[in-house]
Amino acid sequence: MLQYATFKIGENTFGVDVRVVQEVLRPHPITRVPLAPASIAGLINLRGQVVTAVDMRQRLGLPPNTGERESMNVVARVGDAVVSLLVDSIGDVIEVDDSDFESPPETLSGPARGLVLGAFKLDSTLLLALDVVRVADIDVAA
Amino acid sequence: MFEVDEVIAEFLVESHENLDQLDRDLVALEREPGNRDLVASIFRTIHTIKGTCGFLAFHQLEAVTHAGENLLARIRDGRLELDADRANVLLEMVDVVRGLLGEIEASGAEGEHDHSALVARITASMEPSPSVSDPAVAADVAGGGDVANQTVESDVESDVEAEVEPEVVVTVDEAARASESPVDVVDAEPTDGADDHDAGKHDGDGRRSVADATLRVDVDLLDTLMRLVGELVLTRNQLLTNSSQMDAGMIRATQRLNLIASELQEGVMKTRMQPIDNVWSKLPRVVRDLGQQCGREVRLEMVGRDTELDKTILEAVKDPLTHVVRNAVDHGIETPEERLAAGKSREGTLTLRAFHEGGQVNIEISDDGAGIDADRILSKALERGVITREAADRLTEREILHLIFAPGFSTKEAVSNVSGRGVGMDVVKTNIENIGGIVDISTELGHGTTIRMKIPLTLAIIPTVTIESGGERFAIPQISLIELVSLNDEQGSARIEYLSGAPVYRLRGNLLPLIFFNELLSLEDRLSEGRTIAVLQADGQQFGLVVDEVVNTEEIVVKPLSQQLKRISIYSGATILGDGRVALILDVLALANMSGVLAGDRAALDQGAADADVDADDQAHLLVRLGAERRMAIPLGDVTRLEEFRSASVEHAGRRQAVQYRGQILPLIRLAEVFGAMSMPDSEDTMHVVVHTIRGKTIGLVVDEILDITTGPMGAREESTQMGLSGSVVVQDRITELLKVAEAVALADPSLADLFDEPEPVVDDFPELPEVPPVGHGHGRRRSSHYSGV
Repeated sequence: MLQYATFKIGENTFGVDVRVVQEVLRPHPITRVPLAPASIAGLINLRGQVVTAVDMRQRLGLPPNTGERESMNVVARVGDAVVSLLVDSIGDVIEVDDSDFESPPETLSGPARGLVLGAFKLDSTLLLALDVVRVADIDVAA
Repeated sequence: MFEVDEVIAEFLVESHENLDQLDRDLVALEREPGNRDLVASIFRTIHTIKGTCGFLAFHQLEAVTHAGENLLARIRDGRLELDADRANVLLEMVDVVRGLLGEIEASGAEGEHDHSALVARITASMEPSPSVSDPAVAADVAGGGDVANQTVESDVESDVEAEVEPEVVVTVDEAARASESPVDVVDAEPTDGADDHDAGKHDGDGRRSVADATLRVDVDLLDTLMRLVGELVLTRNQLLTNSSQMDAGMIRATQRLNLIASELQEGVMKTRMQPIDNVWSKLPRVVRDLGQQCGREVRLEMVGRDTELDKTILEAVKDPLTHVVRNAVDHGIETPEERLAAGKSREGTLTLRAFHEGGQVNIEISDDGAGIDADRILSKALERGVITREAADRLTEREILHLIFAPGFSTKEAVSNVSGRGVGMDVVKTNIENIGGIVDISTELGHGTTIRMKIPLTLAIIPTVTIESGGERFAIPQISLIELVSLNDEQGSARIEYLSGAPVYRLRGNLLPLIFFNELLSLEDRLSEGRTIAVLQADGQQFGLVVDEVVNTEEIVVKPLSQQLKRISIYSGATILGDGRVALILDVLALANMSGVLAGDRAALDQGAADADVDADDQAHLLVRLGAERRMAIPLGDVTRLEEFRSASVEHAGRRQAVQYRGQILPLIRLAEVFGAMSMPDSEDTMHVVVHTIRGKTIGLVVDEILDITTGPMGAREESTQMGLSGSVVVQDRITELLKVAEAVALADPSLADLFDEPEPVVDDFPELPEVPPVGHGHGRRRSSHYSGV
């Protein structure tokens, strides 16, 4: 059994292995980084540590968040580094079974396809497993 | 040459540690006689002590350790086994060594003791034990000494090179002598060594021994401490920012915390500080050897050798410093013959100075050698394709000097194994810039060259000025900041002008290229007024960064950027400000490079100016007045600076006039006289001079008044046949003549016309160099033919 931390970005529910999640934070003040790729939202101060925040909507090719609610931070470890994923809202930590795992659904298109490892079929919805390493792999040149 | 006391103190600390290790190793080895690693470790320890005491001239110590080393060498090579007897003599040797060290610590000398008995017993124990029946060993006892000596010689020498000074060469003989003596004495008095040991101990009791007074601390631990202190400083900054919301008690506590944090920061920084002498101490040898190799006589003077720098920085400075010193000996100082011919002393002087100033460390390396010939630099730079001809024409003396820091530049005609391979000064510059420092150079032909390095005290916490632009805050290291200029008043904003489309600011007569920060970073322009120019320095040149607002100065802790952002060169890191926000730290040099305000990239700008000249109507001009009425327009591209001089400072040499300007002689040309306008000399105390630079030479054009700068198309133009003028136009409803600077200069003083004769270009060697299009601007050969007959 695996545990996944879930969150919503746009219409879809995504999840990452709970073992790579360091913490989940309320909206944090973000310092923009001019000249940075659009999918980098900026930098946040995480108790004295400077952490890069990734705008997940931008990363997935979705329109910007227009809701009143500010984005939440899912702080994940990627190798030695830490990144914060800006998501629309936080869901529960759920247990999933390997046998429910499938390759990414055909309906998934655009940038999202390259960033998702696969999907878990849940009773109510489809949980898309994010590949955090690829999400964080943002090149300045890109 | 070096502080003997310090060297000995260091030796003692090191040796005490080594001896403790030795005790443990020897005991362990007795239990485990076959352990080669242990033997090798013991051998190295003894060897180190022997090598060091050799050049410190502690002969007794050396004799004892040398004998022990011989025995150990044999054990290490498997020719002898470590039995109890041998272990005993070795342990006894350790005790004797300890005793001697104690005595040295107490009295500074070894004292009078006879350890030949111990040495003899060690030597005796080198006889093969009955169990080992190797005939070769017996022969080795006699002959082995030599073999060992040879290895010792080479080892000692290499140690010496790494550690200290040339005096040491003597010790090789001493070592040989010491090892020969012991063989005859065989009678041994077992208690000998123990007595010495005790004697040494008692004398040292009065004060804390050297070994106890200092501690060796892991640098990683210090780094961690430094980082924690950095966090503390940040937290303090946050508290201070919020102190307005506190009650009196809180404020007191906060202030106390503020003081303690500052002291702690200073203290921790001190633990990482080392005197620059740690690096300098190696230089006398470098200079001496190199001097001999190149046939130079050089005296090295060092001032401020106890100036302290952070260890990390010291390490980073080491190579550049050595390189500059080598350069000075090889390129700067002349041969004794040349020096005598030039009326200088045979011996050249190389002076190293280090001092603290404004939270930075300054290091100066000056020689009294030949100086650097700007013309040669320029022609080399052209030849090597470091710069284009167009760009070259516009460089100031100082900018030309800075070309030696360009990659692929080296002026030495012949490649020596010392320097001159075209790598070097650019690496020096890069290395110094990597630690946030600045390199500058000044030279006087015939009198010497000085290289200045400005280096931050530490890398971990840096003083910055925080600026705000487009609603974001950024930190600029203060080391790069020269001054702040407010553009708040209308007059200020009006002084921003456009030179071939590039913004410049007239700062005390100098044209300062500008970068609009908001534009560069595509930030939204939130402020229409209330701007400030931060005058910054990079690459020896100044430029202005136009920002919305200067917030405050703050000491910040540099935090690295994540992988995703590292490739954006203009940020050197990030930090957390007092209000808890993250701010990016700007890399001033990268900023300048990106916007292209510096010389290398100014070629494009110059090209722009040149292109504009072809179509002269669109070029910006400086409007000046000659005499009472006459107006003249000088292409702004030909204007390097505007200066004012006191009329009294003009010096006359024959028909020519000149003033002293930035340590140089600036020849003056009175345009009014050249064009026959009625000038009004000495009506004012000051005179207005348009400084024009070509090919490293500066010329001052004296005008009666600086009126304005015009941009955009001019009115109808009428060609002129008069030498020095290209025509006349109507500007601001007045007839204005257009000046051709090169011709006017040649007209005024034919001897200066040489300046416009160009050497043959050597483009052939550099096929990749794009050919410079023959544009009408500048001072190409096309024109020099013009006035060859003048």
